[in-house]
Amino acid sequence: MDLSIFGYQFMQNAVLAAFLGGIACGTIGVFVVLMHMPFIGVAMSHAAFAGALLGLWLGFNPLVGAFVFSLLAAAIIGPLADRGGLSPEVSLGVIFSFMLGIGFLFLGIMPGTRSSALELLWGSILTNTGSDILVLAVVTVVVLVLVFTFFKEIQATVFNRKIALSVGLPATIILYGVLFLAGATVTASLRSIGGLLIFSLILNPAAAAYQLTYSMKRMFILSATFGVLSGWIGLLVSYLLDVPSGATIVITSSIIFVLTAIFSPKRKVKRWEEKLAAKE
Amino acid sequence: MVERVFHRLARMTGTVKAFVRHYTSSARSLLIDMDNNIISIENAVVSFRERIALRSVSLEVVSGEFVGVIGPNGAGKTTLLSLINGLRQPNSGRLRVLGRSVNGGSRHSLRKEVGYLAQVENIDERMPMMVRDVVMIGRSGILGLFRGPGKRDWAVVDEMLELVGMSHLARRPIGHLSGGEQQRVAVARCLAQEPRLFLLDEPTASLDWKAQSEILDLVKQVHDKRHLTTLFVTHNLDAMPHTCDRVVLMKEGLIVDDGTPDKLITTESLSRLYDMPSPIVEERRPHIHVKES
Repeated sequence: MDLSIFGYQFMQNAVLAAFLGGIACGTIGVFVVLMHMPFIGVAMSHAAFAGALLGLWLGFNPLVGAFVFSLLAAAIIGPLADRGGLSPEVSLGVIFSFMLGIGFLFLGIMPGTRSSALELLWGSILTNTGSDILVLAVVTVVVLVLVFTFFKEIQATVFNRKIALSVGLPATIILYGVLFLAGATVTASLRSIGGLLIFSLILNPAAAAYQLTYSMKRMFILSATFGVLSGWIGLLVSYLLDVPSGATIVITSSIIFVLTAIFSPKRKVKRWEEKLAAKE
Repeated sequence: MVERVFHRLARMTGTVKAFVRHYTSSARSLLIDMDNNIISIENAVVSFRERIALRSVSLEVVSGEFVGVIGPNGAGKTTLLSLINGLRQPNSGRLRVLGRSVNGGSRHSLRKEVGYLAQVENIDERMPMMVRDVVMIGRSGILGLFRGPGKRDWAVVDEMLELVGMSHLARRPIGHLSGGEQQRVAVARCLAQEPRLFLLDEPTASLDWKAQSEILDLVKQVHDKRHLTTLFVTHNLDAMPHTCDRVVLMKEGLIVDDGTPDKLITTESLSRLYDMPSPIVEERRPHIHVKES
């Protein structure tokens, strides 16, 4: 196997982007899985996609448009779920369809070729620039620092928001914070993974980690690890088979999920409890 | 030099904060001691859009009381509790809880001193949290931001689990426990908060008869042992704690009666409360053990 390609700058950037994106998406995925909001990734990525298209159309940096739109979506989803008398899934669904409509509207009225717009939809990890990596690194560090600093507050809110509120925690601010972080993560990973596929990289690693542990700390670590592995293995397979990298990354993450679901120790609760009792 | 100035400033700020904390807490205790009222509600009105949940409700609860609040569904019992722990604001009326005015301002600090136990929540059996972690949530509020649990906090958690008879399940996933066991853990979580006021909202709903009676005994036991002030809300007469100091009857957003259990737990008043013929109420009545005077 000729791996000399990994000596080139563009491939090293891709490896770094897969590493950083895997950690950020894997970490955000834990919230998505535990708070039962799988639509969050879809809604955010389509909002970011619409914002990026607006940037392309009006001639400013698409990342800025993506960031503003996904933060806007986060700012609408939270209060809509809280005060609108709707469940978070319903408000996410409404935002998702609205953003999809706006995205396709921009795509339709945009003059000239649409190749750069479609690149945002499918992603292109091999064309990441130094500034793309920098943005992704900053977002990943912010996500990790916040999760580490506010772990007990996050753990309580994720377990039950009503209980977190009743013990005096600012659970609503924490929920909105998570939505903003999800928006920032989606935006930073948009160019690498693509608006359509990023949802799977958020959901699959966390859903796989969920199968393996009863510790939330371990779930964060496992999910980030699976995210990075999906990126790296997907990248390698994409190079070896000469197929699109976004697709191989997402398929790898799905295979990891299927394997963990098959071999999950949580399927054998009795055996797990006997082992624990023997230890005690 | 600059560093020394900052250090001194930080120490001074710390001292001022400690001073303010000490005196506000003393002033609060003094306020409570003056009239001995833990809860004082005057003409509170709460409405949700077009529905009025509470209509000019007034209630006073003194320190150490065990108050049972009974009423049919939609009587405003849960709204009353969420008003007391600051989860909801009244449209009008005055409210003082634990010496604090609950009208306006941040209610996070109040909630840190109020234990709130709702009915059994549906917990995913794969939830990645152990029983001990769940009880530690009770201490998250009082620990404050940027501070992780220390040895003392874990000791409190273990002590509370021991108190509710759940220490043997401390390292089990919370989702593996039965409804009754989860509710015991929830009691431990409330106690780990070291609350002064304990609010219970239908805590035995959806539990079987045995679990129900165990939780009721436990609640009464912790009320006595920890010298708490307790408000217990239920629509189910069977789920009423065996010994209440006082009973409040609610219906359609109003407090319709307030007095001792032997005065109020009668066929006539319960028939009026539930709009049911007295023989049916009479059937349920023998399950309630009125506190002996």
